Amino acid sequence: MLYREAGQFKTTYAADQQLFPIRQDRIGVLVLLAVAFFGVPLLASEYWFSAILIPFLIFALAALGLNILTGYAGQLSLGSAAFMAVGAYAAYNFQLRVEGIPLLVSFICAGLTAAGVGILFGLPSLRIKGFYLAVATLAAQFFIVWCLTKFPWLSNNSSSGVISTQKLIIFGHELNTPVEKYLLVLSIVVFMALAAKNMVRSTTGRAWMAVRDMDVAASVIGIRLMPTKLLAFAISSFYCGVAGALYAFCYLGSVEPDGFSLEMSFKILFMIIIGGVGSIMGSFLGAAFILLLPIFLDVALPFFAELFGLPFSSATVSHIQITVFGALIMFFLIVEPHGLARLWQIAKEKLRLWPFPH
Amino acid sequence: MIKGFKPALAAAAVSLALFSQGGFAAEEQFFPLIDYRVGPYGSNGQAFYGGFIDYLNYVNLKEKGVNGVMMTWEECETEYNNAKGVECYERLKGKAAKSAGPIHTMSTGISYALIDKSAQDKLPLAMMGYGRTDAVDGSVFPYAFPLVTTYQMQASAIVKFIKDKNGGNLAGKKIVYLYHDSAYGKEAIIAMEAEASLNKFQLVQIPVAHPGNEQGAQWLKIRQEKPDYVVFWGWGVMNQTALKAAQKVGYPRDKMIGSWWTGSEEDVVPAGDAAKGYMAATWNVAGKQVPVIADIEKVVYGAGKGNLQDTAKIGTVLYNRGVSAAVLSVEAIRKGQEKYGKGKALNGEQMRWALENLNITEARLKQVGATNLLPEIKTSCDNHEGSGKVKVQQWDGAKWVPVSDWIEGNKALIHPLFQASAKQYAKEKGITPRDCSKEK
Repeated sequence: MLYREAGQFKTTYAADQQLFPIRQDRIGVLVLLAVAFFGVPLLASEYWFSAILIPFLIFALAALGLNILTGYAGQLSLGSAAFMAVGAYAAYNFQLRVEGIPLLVSFICAGLTAAGVGILFGLPSLRIKGFYLAVATLAAQFFIVWCLTKFPWLSNNSSSGVISTQKLIIFGHELNTPVEKYLLVLSIVVFMALAAKNMVRSTTGRAWMAVRDMDVAASVIGIRLMPTKLLAFAISSFYCGVAGALYAFCYLGSVEPDGFSLEMSFKILFMIIIGGVGSIMGSFLGAAFILLLPIFLDVALPFFAELFGLPFSSATVSHIQITVFGALIMFFLIVEPHGLARLWQIAKEKLRLWPFPH
Repeated sequence: MIKGFKPALAAAAVSLALFSQGGFAAEEQFFPLIDYRVGPYGSNGQAFYGGFIDYLNYVNLKEKGVNGVMMTWEECETEYNNAKGVECYERLKGKAAKSAGPIHTMSTGISYALIDKSAQDKLPLAMMGYGRTDAVDGSVFPYAFPLVTTYQMQASAIVKFIKDKNGGNLAGKKIVYLYHDSAYGKEAIIAMEAEASLNKFQLVQIPVAHPGNEQGAQWLKIRQEKPDYVVFWGWGVMNQTALKAAQKVGYPRDKMIGSWWTGSEEDVVPAGDAAKGYMAATWNVAGKQVPVIADIEKVVYGAGKGNLQDTAKIGTVLYNRGVSAAVLSVEAIRKGQEKYGKGKALNGEQMRWALENLNITEARLKQVGATNLLPEIKTSCDNHEGSGKVKVQQWDGAKWVPVSDWIEGNKALIHPLFQASAKQYAKEKGITPRDCSKEK
C-alpha cells in the first residue's frame, strides 16, 4: 500500500534515468541522509561516533570497493586490506612531503596511488580467473605489507614502522571532535557510494557485469577485456585506498603495516558475502553485520549473564561471542545465500503487494 | 489508612537517606582494564591481568583500599586487536571520567592508537615495557608513560651485561641481533646500532618474519657468522622455535640473551631441554619468594577472590609482571592522594601528575613486600621512564634464576634518541612541548 509504484509515470528521459526511479526510494534515501547528517550528530554519544559509526562507514566503503571488483566485475580479490594500507601510507606521505597540500587532495592522491598499485596486481587477472586469481591477489597482501615494513622511507624512518597521522585540517579548520570526523567520513562515503551506484549502471558497470557473467561472450559483443578488468581493479583499489586513508586519519590515528593483515582482507570479503555480492547496499549491510554484531554481543551477553546470574568472565563472553557470531554467519548463508541485500529486496517485493497478496 | 501512611513515609525517607549516604561513603578508584585473555597471546594476558587484578583485590582486602578508596575495575576484551582496543577504550572512557587509574593495554599497537586519544581525554596511558618509547620525553607526551624501562634502554643494558662479562671490552666482537620483523622487533635496532658504534663491536641484524615458526635460514646464517652472542627479540611461538633451532645448529644457549617478551615460562617450557642455560632480560623477577606474591596467594586466594582459574600461573614471570604493574599504579594513587586529598579518588589529570612524580624507593618497595619485584622508580616531566634498569635471568631447566643485579642502560646514549624522535613527533603533530623546568 505504502510502497507501490503504480501511477508514477516517467515523462522525460531524465526522470526515467534517475538514480532512484521509485519515489518512495527517493524519499527513503533523503530521510536516511537527513537522519545521518542532522539527526545522528544530535543524538549519538562520543562512544557511538568513535567506536561504531566511523569504523562502520569506513569498512562499508572498503567493502564497497571490493564489491565493485568482486560483485560487479567478478574478479575475486584477497588484497583489500593491502590496498587500504597503500591508501593510508600514501595519504600520510603526501601530507608529510608535499608542503601545504589540502587534506582532501591528499586523500584523492592516496586513492590514485592505491589505484595504480591495484592495476599492477590486477594484471594477472588477464590470464587467470576465480580461485587462482584470488591466490594471485594474495601476493598483493603479503608484498605490500612487507614493502611497508621493509622501506623505512615510507613510514618517515619511524623506528617501528608505525605512522602517526597528521592533524585533520580542512579549509583552515581543524577537525578534532568525533562528530566532525564522523561528518567528514559520512560526506566522503555518501558521495562515493552514490558515485558507485551511478557507475554500476553506466556503460562501464554494464561492461563489468558482462565480463562477470561470461567473459568470452562479453568479448564477442565487443567489450575489451583488458581495460574493463583493469579499470575494475583501479576503481576498486581507489575506494579501498580512500577507506584506508580514512581508517588511519579519522579512526585509529596511527597505524602499522601489520594491522592491515590478511585477516582484515577476509573480514572485508565476509562483509560482501554476508551483505550481498553485487549490491551497493549490501556493502553497508554486511559491514554493519560484521562490525556491529560482535560489539552488540559483547555488551548484551554480560547483561543477560547478570540477569540470569551466570558467572561469565570477560574471556567466556569473548568465546561465546565468537561462537554465536560463527553460527549466525552459517545461519544466514544457509537461509539466504545471496546476502542481506537480497532479504531487503524480498521485503520490498512483499511490500508492493501488502496488504493484499494474491 | 491515613494513620499508617505517615510512618511508612518516614521509613521511606530514612531508608532513602541511608541509601544515599551509602552512595557517598564509598569513594572508588576506577581502572579501565583494556585487556585480553583470548586470541593469539591470550595466555600471556591471563597471567598478566590475573596478577594485576589480584593485587588490586589484595589492596582492597588487606588495607580496605588506599586510605579507604576502594579499587574497582571493568574489563574489556581486545583479543590483542587494535580496532577492538579502540572500541574498548571508547566504551570505558565514560566511566573513567570521574576517577581513572592508569590504562595498561599490554599491546604496542593499541597503545599507539590510544596515545593521541588519551591525551585529548586526559587519561593517563601506561606502557610498561612496550609502546611508544619516545614518550619517555614527557614534555611532548604528557599523558603517556613508558614506565620502568623501554626497549632501547633494555638493549643497551643487555649490551652492558655482555660487556661486563667480557671484561669491559667488546671491540672486535660479533653480536647477532635476531628479531621479530615487526614494530616491536625493530624498535631496538636504533639502540643496538648506537651501541655498536660506541663499543666497536660488529652488529649483524637478522629479521624473522611473523610468526617465526620457521627459522632454518636464519640459524644457518648464524652458524656461518659464528657470533659471540645472539641478542634475541622474539615474540610468541618464535621464541621456542629459536631455542630449538639453536640446539639443532649447536649454538650455545648461554650465549643467547632475549628481551623481556622472550623470557617467560610460556617461552621456554615448550622448548624443553633446548632452553636450558638461555638468558633473558626482565624488570621483574619470577617466583613466589617475593613476599607480596606469597601474601596475595594467602590473602586473595584464601578468600576465594583470586582471578586466575589456573593457580599454577601464580609466581610466573608474567603474573609477577602484572603485579608489578598494579603495585606501580597503586603507589601512584597513594602519591596522588598525598597531593589531592587522602581518601579521595583521583581523576585522569590528577593521576597523570601522580605518575609523573613517582618516587618509589627500595625502602618503599620493601614496605609493600615487593623487594626485587621491580627496580626503584623516580619519574619526572622529562623522564617518564623512571628507571631504565633490568635484570638478566637464566633458565635452569625448571625455573628462572636471576644472574645479575639491576643493570641500567646507557642513558646518555639512549635518551637523546628519544628526545630527537619526540621532537620530530611534536613537529609533525604541531604540538608545543611543555617547559619541564616549570612543572611542579
